[in-house]
Amino acid sequence: MNTAASLAIRSQKQLRQGGTTEPAVVRYILIGATFLVLGLFLILPLIIVFHEAFADGVSVYCDALRDDDTLSAIRLTLLTAAIAVPANVIFGIAASWCISKFEFVGKRVLLTLIDLPFAISPIISGLIFVLLFGLQGWMGVWLHRHHIHIIGSVVGVVLATVFVTFPFVARELIPLMEAQGTEEEQAAISLGASGWRCFLKITLPNIKWGLLYGIILCNARAMGEFGAVSVVSGKIRGETETMPLHVETLYNDNQSSAAFAVASLLTLLAVATLIAKSIVEWKTAATTQLVPEAPASLIVSTAPPLHPSGKGGFDI
Amino acid sequence: MSIEVISIRKTFDNYVAVRDVSLHVGQGELVALLGPSGSGKTTLLRIIAGLEEPDPGSGAIRFHDEDMTGRRIGDRQVGFVFQHYALFRHMSVFENVAFGLRARPSRTRPDNAEIKRRVSELLRLVQLERLGDRLPGQLSGGQRQRVALARALAVEPRVLLLDEPFGALDARVRRDLRRWLRRLHDEMHITSVFVTHDQEEALELADRVVVMNEGRIEQIGTPEEVYDKPANPFVYQFLGNVNLFHGRIDHGKLRVNGHDTHSPEIPGTPKTNGVAYVRPHDVEVARSGNGDAIKVRIDQINFAGPVVYLLLHRHDGDPVEAAVPRDRFRELALRTSEEVFITFRNARVFSEDYSI
Repeated sequence: MNTAASLAIRSQKQLRQGGTTEPAVVRYILIGATFLVLGLFLILPLIIVFHEAFADGVSVYCDALRDDDTLSAIRLTLLTAAIAVPANVIFGIAASWCISKFEFVGKRVLLTLIDLPFAISPIISGLIFVLLFGLQGWMGVWLHRHHIHIIGSVVGVVLATVFVTFPFVARELIPLMEAQGTEEEQAAISLGASGWRCFLKITLPNIKWGLLYGIILCNARAMGEFGAVSVVSGKIRGETETMPLHVETLYNDNQSSAAFAVASLLTLLAVATLIAKSIVEWKTAATTQLVPEAPASLIVSTAPPLHPSGKGGFDI
Repeated sequence: MSIEVISIRKTFDNYVAVRDVSLHVGQGELVALLGPSGSGKTTLLRIIAGLEEPDPGSGAIRFHDEDMTGRRIGDRQVGFVFQHYALFRHMSVFENVAFGLRARPSRTRPDNAEIKRRVSELLRLVQLERLGDRLPGQLSGGQRQRVALARALAVEPRVLLLDEPFGALDARVRRDLRRWLRRLHDEMHITSVFVTHDQEEALELADRVVVMNEGRIEQIGTPEEVYDKPANPFVYQFLGNVNLFHGRIDHGKLRVNGHDTHSPEIPGTPKTNGVAYVRPHDVEVARSGNGDAIKVRIDQINFAGPVVYLLLHRHDGDPVEAAVPRDRFRELALRTSEEVFITFRNARVFSEDYSI
C-alpha cells in the first residue's frame, strides 16, 4: 500500500474529528436520542404490523391472503405498477435526455411541470382527474357518449398512479445526465455510431444505476399510492381496489387481522425496496468513485510499458 | 487527404466566434491552430469535424475536393480526440478502441477476430497493449490520452483532429507525449490539425502554425516563419517575449531616443509614430557602443539553464529584457547595476496606428 494514500486517509479522519469537539457524553446522548426516535416511529410500527397480522394465528393470516377480493387487489396493484413503471421509465428517460442534452425555450417550465406531482397533494391530483373525466367533468359527457369510463375503473387507477409517480425517474436522471455532459455521446457519433446505438451503448450504461434507483422508488410509490387512487377508483371491492385501498376497507370492516395481513405484504415490499435501494446506492458509489481518478495504487506508472523492441519510454 | 476551409463564419447568438476564415491543410500535414482563449480555434476545429455547423450561407469545408459542409461527423471519416478524452467510462480500454469498428454497418464490419487483431495492433502502437482490460478510470492522464488517440485512429480516419491534446497533462508527460505524437505522425502521415494555446507546443510539433485571434487568422507559416517574421504586433507578442521601443518613423528609420533603427517595412511614410519589436535573444549586449547603441543599466541577472536573462532599464526608465548565451555572459563578466550598451540584431518596426 502506498504511503501517500494512507496518509491522505489518516488526515481525512483527523479532519472529520476536528469538526466534532463535543464531549463523548453529548455525542452518545445525541446518537441515542436519534435511535430512540427512529425506533419509536419506524421500527415499532413495523413490528406491530406483523404482530397484528399474526394475532389470530397463521391460518387466519393465510386465509386473509387467499380471499378473492385480496387476490384481486394484489393483481390490480401488480398490473398498475407494471404499466405505470415502464411508462414513467420511458417518459423519464426521454424528458431527462432532452433537458440535459439540449437547450430549448420552455426548459424551466418543463422542469417545473415534472415536479408538479411532488408539489401537490395526491388527493388533489385525484380530484383533478375527477374534474376532467368524471360525469360532471369537462370531458365527462363526451366520454360517456363514447362509452369510455375512466373514473371508477381500472383505467382511472392506472392513470392516477402514472401521474403521481411521474417525477421519480426523471428527477433521478436529470442531475446525473447533466453532470455527465454530452462529450461521450459526441465521441460515439464521431466514431460513426448511429443515434440509437449511441443511446444503447453509451448513454444507457452510464445512467443504469441512477435509472434503477428511480425505478425502485417509482415502483414503491406506484404500489403504495393511496390518496389519488382512492379518489378516482370509486373503491369497488374486487374490481378497482388496490392493496392500500383494500387495507383501509378491511380495517373499516373490523377485519383487523386481515387488514394487517395485507398491510404486512406492503411492509415486506417496503423492506425489499430499502434493501434494493441500498444495494444500488452502494453500486453507484463504487462505480462513480472509479470515474474521476483511480486510486493511486491502481495506476501504473505514467511511462508506457516497454516496447517490444526492448526500448523503454516513448521511443518507437 | 487535404482539407480546404473556405470563408467559414460562425456566430453564437451575438458573438462571432469565427470570421470568414479560409485555410488550406495539405495532404499529410500537421497543422496547429494557435491562439488565446476565445480566438475561435476550437470552434474552427469542431466545424472541420462536423461537430458544429457554420452559419448558413457561409463558406464550405472540403476534404480533397469533396464537399463536406452539410455532412454529419459520422460520415466524414474524421478521427476526433476530445480535450478531456471523452473515453467511454464503463468500457474497457480494448472496447473503447474497438467501438468505432463495432459501430460499422454489418456489410463493412470486420469479424471479431479481425477486430481483435486491429485493436491489439493499435494498442501496441500507443504502447498500451498490456492495459486492454483496464477501465479508463484506472489509467493515468497520459495513458487516457493515448487510448483516445488509438480509438480515433481505429476508424482509419482520413483526417485526424485533436482539441487541446495535451492540455490536461503535467509538463513532463506533455513534452514526452508531444515528441511521441510527432514521430507517430511522421510514420502514419495522416493529415492532422490540432488546437493549442501553448506556443511552445505549436512551434515544436507542427509543420505549419495558424495563429488566430478574435475569430481571424493573423498569420499562417512554418514555426520558423511565425516566430522570426511575425506578420503583425499580435503575433509578435503572442509568440514569446518581446521588447517594445516606441519612437518616430522618419524616412525608413525609427528614431528611439536619438538612436536609429532601420525600418525598411515602412519606408516613405513621413513622420509617424512607430514601435520596434525586438526579441530578447536579438538584443546584443556589449561593454562599449557606437552611436546606434543604447545605454542601459543592469537591474537583475537570472540564470535559466543555457541562457542568462538580463533585466535592464534605459535611462528614461523603460525596461528591456535581453537573453545572453552563457558563454557570452561569462566573457562580459556582467554584474548588476553596471552600465552596458545594447544594439538590435533583428528588429521589426510597425507604425503605431496598427491596433491589436
